[in-house]
Amino acid sequence: MKVLVTGISGMLGRLTALKLLQHGYEVIGIDRRPWPEAPEEIELFQADIRKRPAEEAFRSHRPDAAIHMATVTHLTQTSPDRMRVNLYGTRAFIHHCQAYGVKQAVFAGRHTFYGAAADSPLYHTEDEPPMSAHTFPELADLVAADLYAASSLWRYPEIATSVLRIVYTLGPSKHGTLASFLRGPNVPLIAGFDPLFQFIHEEDAAEAIVTALAHKLHGIFNVSGPSPVPLSKIVRAAGRRPLAVPSTIFKLGIGRLGLPQIAAGAIDHLKYPIVVDSDAFRRATRYTYAYDERETINSFRTAS
Amino acid sequence: MFDNLLSIDPEIAARIEAIDLEFNKFGIDPYGIDKNDLTRFVSAFAWIYRYYFKVDVYGLDHVPSQGRGILVGNHSGGVAIDGMMVMGSMLLDAEPPRLPHGMIDKFIHEFPGVSQVMSRMGQFTGNPDQARRLLNAERLVLSFPEGARGTAKLAKDADSLVDFGTGFMRLALQTKSPIVPFGFVGGGDALPTIANLKRLGRLFGVPYVPVTKWILLVPKPTRFQLLYGQPMHFEGTGHERDEVVSEMVDQVKERIGDLIRQGRQLREKAISEEDLVL
Repeated sequence: MKVLVTGISGMLGRLTALKLLQHGYEVIGIDRRPWPEAPEEIELFQADIRKRPAEEAFRSHRPDAAIHMATVTHLTQTSPDRMRVNLYGTRAFIHHCQAYGVKQAVFAGRHTFYGAAADSPLYHTEDEPPMSAHTFPELADLVAADLYAASSLWRYPEIATSVLRIVYTLGPSKHGTLASFLRGPNVPLIAGFDPLFQFIHEEDAAEAIVTALAHKLHGIFNVSGPSPVPLSKIVRAAGRRPLAVPSTIFKLGIGRLGLPQIAAGAIDHLKYPIVVDSDAFRRATRYTYAYDERETINSFRTAS
Repeated sequence: MFDNLLSIDPEIAARIEAIDLEFNKFGIDPYGIDKNDLTRFVSAFAWIYRYYFKVDVYGLDHVPSQGRGILVGNHSGGVAIDGMMVMGSMLLDAEPPRLPHGMIDKFIHEFPGVSQVMSRMGQFTGNPDQARRLLNAERLVLSFPEGARGTAKLAKDADSLVDFGTGFMRLALQTKSPIVPFGFVGGGDALPTIANLKRLGRLFGVPYVPVTKWILLVPKPTRFQLLYGQPMHFEGTGHERDEVVSEMVDQVKERIGDLIRQGRQLREKAISEEDLVL
């Protein structure tokens, strides 16, 4: 079975591609970025998903399934370009799937979709609306991409589409939103708040994506790993020092004074939890994670 | 959070150990309750519960010792001392101890420090989704259907009841949870409020700032009466029309009013413990 992966050169893209190979799939990849040490078996198209060469990959290979991971998630990228990549990229992906007879599509999205607020419940289910759109405008394009991808569930019912909302990944690659936040020796937290964070080992996340594909899932699914841990405990377990900064100073000092360059809306994510219920995914696939909360953090901590 | 501040009382540690909760490798339960923080916090709180205040608890065996249930009672006394005392009775007097999840007002989680403590103790912003999930997980939920209007009662009205919300009843019907009514007496004596400053409250992001007889918001040592009534079971789906649900809510409200009356009589020594009808 032939699987096309967009955003294959990203951390999760690479891991997923390698897992697909292990499971005996044939893999084709599309990415703007190169992947120099990619295995020979993988044919790479170095192209933007929105551009013609990407379409050629679909046209010439006629993949049976496709996984969309070409979304820009880091928040330093200026918004207009992100918006284009994330929305038009998703549109192009869905269009090509439909036009070239792809039978199965997986959209790898984020659990931050649900947003964080003082009154948001622990354990979001898939039917909940995206509250992050108004509290965190910088995430609006990812939310829109998620909803847009989900619209193909009724638009193209002949394609088995699954939209995955995956929690933060963590692991030896040291890539990803949570890993970047934990980069320095001191990690600034908001004083008086300590939200539960949900994370999954990056290998487990890649395995979950392959599992969704193998089960031909049709629908929206939260994907999570071990039970959540308060952020300050994650910071300490990662060998970092938590630094409590009052919220007002944090807001003023973003990008300065050694505080991370994060979007203002992200402050709520450092105050309140986003915790998802992934029961539906587990029931549909019998998926279980391999790395528990401590092993996951240790793999990040001890990686060179 | 309290590692350098509060010490562990071995008796309390044993009680926390006896609560039916599962902790992960970081000592955190799936709802964020921190075993270590909880033990330290309750160790300190036990002194307040047992010696600063004194709570006469009746009918504790009406609270299910396991499985789902909703504790529903009256609010009074400016701030939710009643909620704290209910928590105290369940953690320090009940056998086996249980940890009720309070459904608290949204503004509470806006405050630094307070939000962190509440999160680690399993006290969440009241929200039907949250309550339903906890009940389905066989937890105990604590609800004050009068909400902030209840704590806002001035001292002279402490034993009265204001309008009840109906959310708790729909949840009870949907999740087939027993309702355990309770009456709490003495809140108006601990913190006798003579006025509530609403405008000042808005400035601080709270519903109101209570002013007591002695101006300061410090409760005086008080003896409270806390009476748990027999569990009430209601049949239904939770999708009944408002009139139907309101009628059920009125039954609970009436029961709570009755428990408050008995608590008041007990407090004034007009009746003795043997006369109680719980």
